[in-house]
Amino acid sequence: MSNLHRIARANSSTGAALRALLAETPRWCSSLALVVLLFSGVQAFAQTATPPMPPASPELELRLKKLETELRCLVCQNQTLADSPAGLAGDLRREVRLLADSGKSDEEIKQHLKARYGDFVLYKPTVESKTWLLWFGPFLLLLAGAILVIVITRRTRALPAQPATLSDQEQSRAQKLLDE
Amino acid sequence: MAEAANSNLVRAWRYALPLAIFFGLVGFMWKGLSLNPREIPSALLNKPVPVFSLPQLHQPDKTLSAADMKGKVWLLNVWGSWCVSCRYEHPVLNALSKQNLVPIIGFNWKDKPDDAKAWLVRFGDPYQLSVSDLDGRVAIDFGVYGAPETFIIDKAGMIRYKHTGPISDEIMRDKLVPLIQELNRS
Repeated sequence: MSNLHRIARANSSTGAALRALLAETPRWCSSLALVVLLFSGVQAFAQTATPPMPPASPELELRLKKLETELRCLVCQNQTLADSPAGLAGDLRREVRLLADSGKSDEEIKQHLKARYGDFVLYKPTVESKTWLLWFGPFLLLLAGAILVIVITRRTRALPAQPATLSDQEQSRAQKLLDE
Repeated sequence: MAEAANSNLVRAWRYALPLAIFFGLVGFMWKGLSLNPREIPSALLNKPVPVFSLPQLHQPDKTLSAADMKGKVWLLNVWGSWCVSCRYEHPVLNALSKQNLVPIIGFNWKDKPDDAKAWLVRFGDPYQLSVSDLDGRVAIDFGVYGAPETFIIDKAGMIRYKHTGPISDEIMRDKLVPLIQELNRS
């Protein structure tokens, strides 16, 4: 048993998180997966590679590239299909190609993957009522900030300039301090 | 007098508002810490199991299709000999298979059949049978993105549960077994 697994066993709450992290991906892409692999001390069985595809025509190539930048690699979550070296990304690129070859439109290809992997597979979230806050929230905050700045500057400008005079009491106290 | 009360109120707000915003942010971040980014909600939950037909690992001339499992509650476990976490999970599945509660079908994902068979000899074979998905296309239909993954499918062929990552003894005892028993009754 590896150290990581031992930790996962020993402590159930961190264990749950660790176990989830241990969910494995075809061919590593994150350093974490590599660490898991190193710690586990098991001989690495290889995964089968994605079967190669015949070269695409330049137009198709262009279309596929664009589609791939709009789809997420679910393994390396912050990478698009086009950027990710993960094995699954290779499989998904092949799937996109096969779907394109079968005559599906870009939108149909995206829907095909969305039906299997959910909204998350779309790198750019769709604009719908439940994502309005995501899309427009930052602009709302910006607007609120701008209003706040305007209100504050107006208010300070409206205040009459305070004459720099001291009360008698303050005057005598200042004098006392100066005399010391 | 009223003015003084008013300015007190303004002063109170001046402290209370940033504090409220601060705690609001803390709340969101705290929640964010406890979320697992790897856990993507399955798009297939409560949807029919994808139509597939795959060769069996031990008898490649025979296939298994989704239709063959109709009328039964069954468990599908995605594994590979290259998958270290599957090895970690394996004793839990071995224990489940001894209970004879549910047929366990292995989904051997992008694996070399010889490696896979050797792995089962070494660590035990809890599967009624395993199917080989050599090029990973059926796995895409299942929305698989990391092994191990576990699906529970009901008698009508609907996916009722999905777990990503190794199943622990606790998850098996507290979630999977009760769900399987409930589905078996219905």
